[in-house]
Amino acid sequence: MSAITRDEVAHLARLSRLALTDDELDHYATQLDAIIESVAKVAEVAAEDVPPSSHALPLTNVFRADEARPSLTPEQALSGAPAVEDDRFQVPRILGEEA
Amino acid sequence: MTAGTLMPYDEALERFEPVLGLETHVELGTRSKMFCGCKTTFGAPPNTQVCPTCLALPGALPVANAMAIESTIRIGLALNCSIAEWCRFARKNYFYPDMPKNYQISQYDEPLCFDGYLDVEVNGETVRIGIERVHLEEDTGKSTHVGGATGRIHGADHSIVDYNRAGIPLVEIVTKPIPGTDRLAPDVARAYVTELREIMRSLGVSDVRMEEGSLRCDVNVSLMPRGASEWGTRTETKNVNSLRSVERAVRSEIERQAAVLADGGTIVQETRHFHEDTGTTTSGRSKEEAQDYRYFPEPDLVPIAPDPAWVAELKAALPELPSVRRKRLQAEWGLSDLDMQAMHNADAFDLVEATVAAGAPAADARKWWMGELARRANETGVPLAELAITPAQVARVTELVASGALNDKLAREVLEGVLGGEGSPDEVVEARGLQIVNDEGELSAIIDKVLADNADAADKVRAGKIAAAGALVGGVMRASKGKADAARARQLILEKLGVSE
Repeated sequence: MSAITRDEVAHLARLSRLALTDDELDHYATQLDAIIESVAKVAEVAAEDVPPSSHALPLTNVFRADEARPSLTPEQALSGAPAVEDDRFQVPRILGEEA
Repeated sequence: MTAGTLMPYDEALERFEPVLGLETHVELGTRSKMFCGCKTTFGAPPNTQVCPTCLALPGALPVANAMAIESTIRIGLALNCSIAEWCRFARKNYFYPDMPKNYQISQYDEPLCFDGYLDVEVNGETVRIGIERVHLEEDTGKSTHVGGATGRIHGADHSIVDYNRAGIPLVEIVTKPIPGTDRLAPDVARAYVTELREIMRSLGVSDVRMEEGSLRCDVNVSLMPRGASEWGTRTETKNVNSLRSVERAVRSEIERQAAVLADGGTIVQETRHFHEDTGTTTSGRSKEEAQDYRYFPEPDLVPIAPDPAWVAELKAALPELPSVRRKRLQAEWGLSDLDMQAMHNADAFDLVEATVAAGAPAADARKWWMGELARRANETGVPLAELAITPAQVARVTELVASGALNDKLAREVLEGVLGGEGSPDEVVEARGLQIVNDEGELSAIIDKVLADNADAADKVRAGKIAAAGALVGGVMRASKGKADAARARQLILEKLGVSE
C-alpha cells in the first residue's frame, strides 16, 4: 500500500497538465512512493547540528550589477515559437481547456 | 437575491464591520531586468527586450540584480520592516503563458523584509497599517487576447504574448489585515496606496505610474456582523489601477458583500475583477481552484544574506520620508491642514518647494501653483508637474510682481506666454510689452486723454461725485492695456480734477 495515494497523483497530473490513465496513476503512485522513501533516508543521517540545505554551493549573495546588455532580436526570440502573430508568441486559448 | 445587488453604503456599515487587506505590486525602475541584462523600457516594441534567460531557453541561468535587492531592502526599511539576515527565492509553479518558464521566481516563506508598518493620515487621524511582508519577484509577460468580442480572456480564440515585461523586478508589499477602519475603509485604502506611492517616489526606486502598471493594487475585503469577533470570508479584487479605483473597489465590495450576507448568503473566497466604467466588481476564477503553486526553493539561485552593517548604512542614508517632509513644510510655510491637503491632492509639494528654493516666498509660490497654474493644468487635463513651466520661472514671476514690475493681471499673461512656449518670463514681458507703466509722464498723458474723452464723468468727479472716478480708472486701465498701476492712476485722476477722497 502506497503512502502516496492515487488521488494525489491525479491532482499532480492535473496541475502538470498530464493526462494519465488509471494504470499509470497506480504505477506512478508506487514509483513516487519509492522516491520519497529514498529521499527520507537523508533525514536519518542528518544530525541536529547540520542545518537544512537547499543548494549544493556554499555561497550567498551572488549578484550582478544593474547594467543593461543586448537582448535577442525579435526574429531570434521568436524563431523557436510554433506560431507567431504581430511579433508576439501565439498561444492556444487559455480559458476553456479545463472545462 | 440577484447577482449584482448592492446594499446602500450607510446601511452596510450600520450592520457590518469591514476588514481590509492590500497587496501592492511595484515595478522597480532598474536599468536591467531582475535576473538578466535585458532593458526594462516601457512601451518598447514587442519581444525586443528578451534573452535566453527571461525566455527560459534551455541552459540559461538567472543571476539576481544587485540594485533590485538594494531597492527592496530600502523599501522595507522605509516601511519600518525587519530585514531578513538570510532568505531565498522560491519557484511559484503554474501553467499560464504569461511566464515562459511555467513558473515565476518569487519569494515564499522567507521574504526579504517583514513585520513593519506605515502610518497614514485620514481625516486628520493617524491610522497605523501593519506591513506583513515585502518580497521581491519577477513581473510576467503581457498577454493580448484575440478573437473575443471584448478583448477579454473569456471567449478569446487564442492569445498572443509579449515577454518584454517578463522578468522586470517586481516588489510585492502585503499589509496585515486592517480591522477597525469602519466607514473610512475606502479612504484608508486610498490613503495607504497614495502614501506608498509617495514613499516609492522619494526613494527613487520606481516611477510608480498606476496608468502604466508600474504600481498595481489588489484589494482584499471581508465583512463581519457588528460586534462579531470572527472575520468573514474575504475576496481579492485584482489590478485596481488608479487611486480613485482603490477607493471605489473597497466601497463597491462592501456594498456587494453586505447584500449577499444580509440575504443569508455566503461569500465565496475568490478573485474578482474591478470595472472602471461601472465601479463594481465581478467574479473571476475561484481562489481554491487556482492556488496550488507547489513552491520550492529556487535551485538556480543562491540565498541572499544581507550584511547587517550594509543594511544599517542603507537605513542611515534613507531620504526624508514624505510624511516627515510634509510636517516640516507645513511648519515652515505656516499652512493649515486644509491647505496641505489641497496641495497633497494636487501633487504640488515638489513644485512649491522647488519654487521656494529658487527664491520665491512660500505664500507666493503656493498662490501661483495652486491658483492660476492649477487652473491651467485642470483646463488642459495634464498633471501640474507636466506644465511647460519650471519652478525657477514661477519664482522669477513672483519676483517681478514683488518688485512692482508686474501686477497680478500681467503676471497671469506672463505665465500664459511661458506655458505657450514663448520663452522665459523676462522674454515674454519683453516680447509682449507687459511692464507696468511706471513712467509718471506716460501715465499722466494717458490720464489726460481719458479725461478728455470722458468729459461727462470728469465733470461729475469735479462736482464731488468721487464714485464716478471708478469709470475713469477703468478707462486708464483699458487705454494702458492693463499695464497701469490702478491705485496710482486713481490718485493722479483725483489730483488732476482737484478733489480728494
